[in-house]
Amino acid sequence: MESRKLYAIGALFNDPNKLVKLAKKIVEQGYKNWDVHSSFPIHGLPKIMRLKWSPLGYVALILGLTGTTFGLFLTWWTMSVDYPLIIGGKPWFSFPAFVPVLFELTVLLASVGTAIVMLFIIFKFPNNRHPLHDTDYLKKVSSDNCGLIIEAKDKKFNYDEIKSLFSQFEPDSIIDIYYQEEETSYKPKVFDWKFIVFLIVVAILTSAIGYLFNNVILYLPPFDFMMNQHKLNPQEASTFFNDGFGMRKPVPGTVARGEAFYPFKGKPDEAGTKLINPLLPSKENLELGKSKYNTFCSPCHGWRGEGDSRLNGQFPNPPSLHSEKVRNWSDGRIYHVIVEGQNIMPSYSKQLTEKERWAIVLYIRALQRSLNAKQEDVQ
Amino acid sequence: MNQIDYTIEPQIIEGNPTQSQVNDAIAKPLETKPTWKYYLALGISVSMLLTGAICLGYTFYYGLGLWGINQPIGWAFDIVNFVFWVGIGHAGTLISAILFLFRQKWRTGIARFAEAMTIFAVMTAGLFPLIHTGRPWLDGYLFPLPNQHHLWVNFTSPLIWDVFAVSTYLTVSFVFWYIGLIPDLAILRDRTKSKVKKIIYSIFSLGWRHSNTHWHHYEMIYLVLAGFATPLVLSVHTIVSFDFAVSILPGWHTTIFPPYFVAGAVFSGFAMVQNVLIVIRKIFDLEHIITLDILEKMNKVMLATGMMVGYAYGMEFFIAWYSGNPLESFVFINRAFGNYAWAYWIMVSCNVIFTQLFWIKKIRRSIIPMFIIGVLVNVGMWFERFVIVVTTTSRDFLPTSWDYFKPTLYDIGILIGSFGLFFTLVILFIRALPVVSISEVKAILPNSQPKHH
Repeated sequence: MESRKLYAIGALFNDPNKLVKLAKKIVEQGYKNWDVHSSFPIHGLPKIMRLKWSPLGYVALILGLTGTTFGLFLTWWTMSVDYPLIIGGKPWFSFPAFVPVLFELTVLLASVGTAIVMLFIIFKFPNNRHPLHDTDYLKKVSSDNCGLIIEAKDKKFNYDEIKSLFSQFEPDSIIDIYYQEEETSYKPKVFDWKFIVFLIVVAILTSAIGYLFNNVILYLPPFDFMMNQHKLNPQEASTFFNDGFGMRKPVPGTVARGEAFYPFKGKPDEAGTKLINPLLPSKENLELGKSKYNTFCSPCHGWRGEGDSRLNGQFPNPPSLHSEKVRNWSDGRIYHVIVEGQNIMPSYSKQLTEKERWAIVLYIRALQRSLNAKQEDVQ
Repeated sequence: MNQIDYTIEPQIIEGNPTQSQVNDAIAKPLETKPTWKYYLALGISVSMLLTGAICLGYTFYYGLGLWGINQPIGWAFDIVNFVFWVGIGHAGTLISAILFLFRQKWRTGIARFAEAMTIFAVMTAGLFPLIHTGRPWLDGYLFPLPNQHHLWVNFTSPLIWDVFAVSTYLTVSFVFWYIGLIPDLAILRDRTKSKVKKIIYSIFSLGWRHSNTHWHHYEMIYLVLAGFATPLVLSVHTIVSFDFAVSILPGWHTTIFPPYFVAGAVFSGFAMVQNVLIVIRKIFDLEHIITLDILEKMNKVMLATGMMVGYAYGMEFFIAWYSGNPLESFVFINRAFGNYAWAYWIMVSCNVIFTQLFWIKKIRRSIIPMFIIGVLVNVGMWFERFVIVVTTTSRDFLPTSWDYFKPTLYDIGILIGSFGLFFTLVILFIRALPVVSISEVKAILPNSQPKHH
């Protein structure tokens, strides 16, 4: 018995009134390391024990405001910066619609955060190695009594003095509380082989489950619904249509929405004389023409229209757009080539809208002029 | 006539037990072997749960086509069950948080149980939004998590507000419940003789040692959590009602929905708590802690909220007429006298008419009648949500697409399964954790507090 280290002396009471009187006396005598234990909060004790006002209210306020700010940032950034969507004609940052989410985030962060702060920071839980655990003192506190201890580390601690002080207040029992053997000689056992085996087993299990899930389970029905859809991808063959093509051509004699009927089919010369470019060579139109030319025309005609194809002979090179012939063509004649195609060049009427075609014509004109500049251009 | 002295607070716990007797009474279900009745109840609820699980498995494999939903009724049992179960949960938070703030000490006997019911009911409710997406393994996209598609959720949608409200509600309820459990788990840890139980209780009580320096913070956090849970519970059902009220369908697009839904939620929740408590106090001999007075007070709350719901029914009709909107009036006349009139009148009679019996003190204080009325209230409140969802959508703006919703076996199986899940969790809970808060009951025992400070 003597070899064990004393942690504290405890007094147990059935009557809370006696305990309160003792607590007042202890405060008077100036003990610092003492505590009252009861399995329910005793009213008025924090005042007697001169405990500081609990900071948890402020903690909740700060965490709650953090939640609001985070919510505000999240809704603003996602809905008006990263992926702006117009919904119901409302502004991107439509604050009233975000209020419910802000409120929920405020409550969530404040409640969960305050609980975490209290349990793990203020109380330093989990703490099952406290010397009070598994003592008769704590067991009696749990069932019937309330108790008071003075710890041995208190500066004024004197075994006999405290015993006589306690007995003045007629406690039901006075108990000496010792450290248990394993509490004084405890060493953390991180490198214990059992713990390491446990870690390895966990690692193997999580990897196995992860592998199984990502490589096997997700390819089984019903998870494979994305891979097996009742539709045809571009260029796929079809068993439904007689010609075997999955991609369909427009119905003959129809004009797509937003397109005008083209009256000069097979009449290039008439198109050259009758069609007039409706676009002005503004910067905007030239930019549009440049972008469309680079996308659709430049693979064969080259970046500057010199017929320097980038296709490495997979498709015959077209003649230069800077030839005398093309330079003397009217805008409408070039436009006609884009619409109908020429020789082995196919029609681009499906890829380009009317405005885009005319913009390309403007850009081709600009290219031609850049290689065959007149005297007055040099200024 | 008995003279009642209103200056003295009436005794909440009957029979003046000592503190260790409270421990014994509350810990008894955890420490004794259950009777065959317990296993029978567990067996029934697990079978219900399995029925639901099978129906759900089929739904996952073959898709939502197995349910009765179709154009124009795209929302039926799934959302009805969701709103119903979230509503059941609300009574728990009302009892544990709002009544705590109002210093209603009679809540101590039932608060723990009601909180647990909140968590189980919200878990059950949370299933329905997840399964009605049809491909529940993709439900992660309901949360605004960064992903490789650069997609975000639409924060202006009430359905996303719902995701936030319900998940916050579940988390905060759980934290509130767990904080309340810690001291009780410590008491159980100190009294158990089994080694395994001791380890489990030690882990979950986190080393609580009844210190009054801890109780000081503990009481503060309880106040803080109650303060947050109170607006939270009101917001949750408000947001649930926004699922309907923010849409522009006649019969849904009304401003009365938020308060009306909250009142209805408390109403059905109290009925469910009352029903389950009646059974539990009987089989576990807790009649002196969950007293008849407490049940009577709950019946009074049901009477009050039932009349609020009745007022809302009346007001909806008045506004439908007063607005002069023919679509709106059509919907309400159709509700009361149209194709779903049977459901409407089940709802009105269960919710408004039968609860009026609680005006009679004798009925309020006798177990069997109040149990029956409680069951009827839950039936009525389930039908309330059914009426709101289905009557409106079955008669939409285009008469050619009008239809009549009939639930399939899978719908009904999943509804049964939801009850199975809830009751299985409740039944396991009463054997695993103290159903009444030991420390709170001890704190209000006579002689437990000092006479002067």
